[in-house]
Amino acid sequence: MSNRYELNKNLAQMLKGGVIMDVTSPEQAEIAEQAGACAVMALERIPADIRAAGGVSRMSDPKMIRSIQKTVSIPVMAKVRIGHFVEAQILQAIDIDYIDESEVLSPADAVYHIDKTKFDVPFVCGARDLGEALRRIAEGASMIRTKGEAGTGDVIQAVQHMRKMNSQIRQIQNMREDELYEAAKQLEVPHDLIRSVHDNGRLPVVNFAAGGVATPADAALMMQLGAEGVFVGSGIFKSGNPAKRAAAIVKAVTNYNDPEMLAELSTDLGEAMVGINADEISVLMAERGK
Amino acid sequence: MKIGVLALQGAFAEHCAMLQKLGADSREIRQRADLDDSFDGLILPGGESTVMGKLMKELDLLQPLNEQIERGIPVFGTCAGLLLLAKQIEGNEPTYLAKMDIEAKRNAYGRQLGSFIASAPFAGIGTIPMVFIRAPYISKVFGSAKALAEVDGKIVAAQQGHLLVTAFHPELTHDTRVHSYFLKMVQRAAKKDS
Repeated sequence: MSNRYELNKNLAQMLKGGVIMDVTSPEQAEIAEQAGACAVMALERIPADIRAAGGVSRMSDPKMIRSIQKTVSIPVMAKVRIGHFVEAQILQAIDIDYIDESEVLSPADAVYHIDKTKFDVPFVCGARDLGEALRRIAEGASMIRTKGEAGTGDVIQAVQHMRKMNSQIRQIQNMREDELYEAAKQLEVPHDLIRSVHDNGRLPVVNFAAGGVATPADAALMMQLGAEGVFVGSGIFKSGNPAKRAAAIVKAVTNYNDPEMLAELSTDLGEAMVGINADEISVLMAERGK
Repeated sequence: MKIGVLALQGAFAEHCAMLQKLGADSREIRQRADLDDSFDGLILPGGESTVMGKLMKELDLLQPLNEQIERGIPVFGTCAGLLLLAKQIEGNEPTYLAKMDIEAKRNAYGRQLGSFIASAPFAGIGTIPMVFIRAPYISKVFGSAKALAEVDGKIVAAQQGHLLVTAFHPELTHDTRVHSYFLKMVQRAAKKDS
């Protein structure tokens, strides 16, 4: 693998133990940075609003992304549609720090994901299980996140995806070496990546939780389940007191194993995002791009 | 030998793994209570300095860490850790622990597309691989700080007595020499104390 891929995996390592927050304006980006976000995701509408608005959802206006790049010193990420490699070329041209090839936007290609090995900028991709995660890594993703179910404030899908991925990793780890070929076939992934999971007991890249995290307790839950950091989308700026909730989630991710501190952090946060149950919605974003 | 590793955010696990390789114990520091334990050295890892700076303050770590550093505990800061130790940050940005006579420039090589790997001599160690991730560099050393390494005419490592900083990430490579260098500083400090 090239230096560039290593450097891109390394940037994800620097984000570990942190919270990446969705923001739609420079003002929100500043609130996020001051609350302790380790990176921001610049997008025009947060997932909850994308859901409410319906229609086709695309990459954000570069002008809006640039205005956020000027405002904060932390890394700035932005989303492209699954398979839309020209949106990705555009984000690379404006010097983005990380591209999220995201099921939250309307997919541009029903079959192919972006060949991420053709890019210098790093990509993060969503996954629901080990197979999806390793396919995205084979395509060049240098960071993985659970898909969860964005814009719901319902953590159930993120929990399921994280549990599934980690349980599959444990199974692979316990296999005899000659069983790995069949595992690669079953999961529809390259053998060398299965081999790496077997040898190291983890994904070859950093793995965050995303999709439905709304409270400090949700964030700590995902960390205790093995996430290396957390994305929070609608949960912050759809809540009553974004700055306070954002800061509490950041601390909850650092001290995820300290129930007393979590109790304090969960106190008096104001209104959480209303949320919709993941089984009550008609569009399951996690079903996009497998 | 036990090294405290600031574990608020960032690549602290990589430092712990490096220390383990070299036979030193490490202890993650996530909150005030973690400082009840005593340790012989301190590592400030890479990550986002704005996050670590804020959490140090709000989790009541800033003052006790300041006191330990003033008492002379050896400290090794990489990347964000360099920014935490710098007395000055270019553009009059707020400083954090502000212990070392260096002026640092944040995101000095630009965004992620500016991240790179180099190989350059490090004083007293030899030529080592250096991984720069959205890295700062040291725009100047003053007082008693001394430059230890340069890349393209920019200072990327420095030492001032018991304080060591690198703009790059030795913990992301297989080369253990910078960590060994730091552990020697810790051993010398321990001898002086006893």
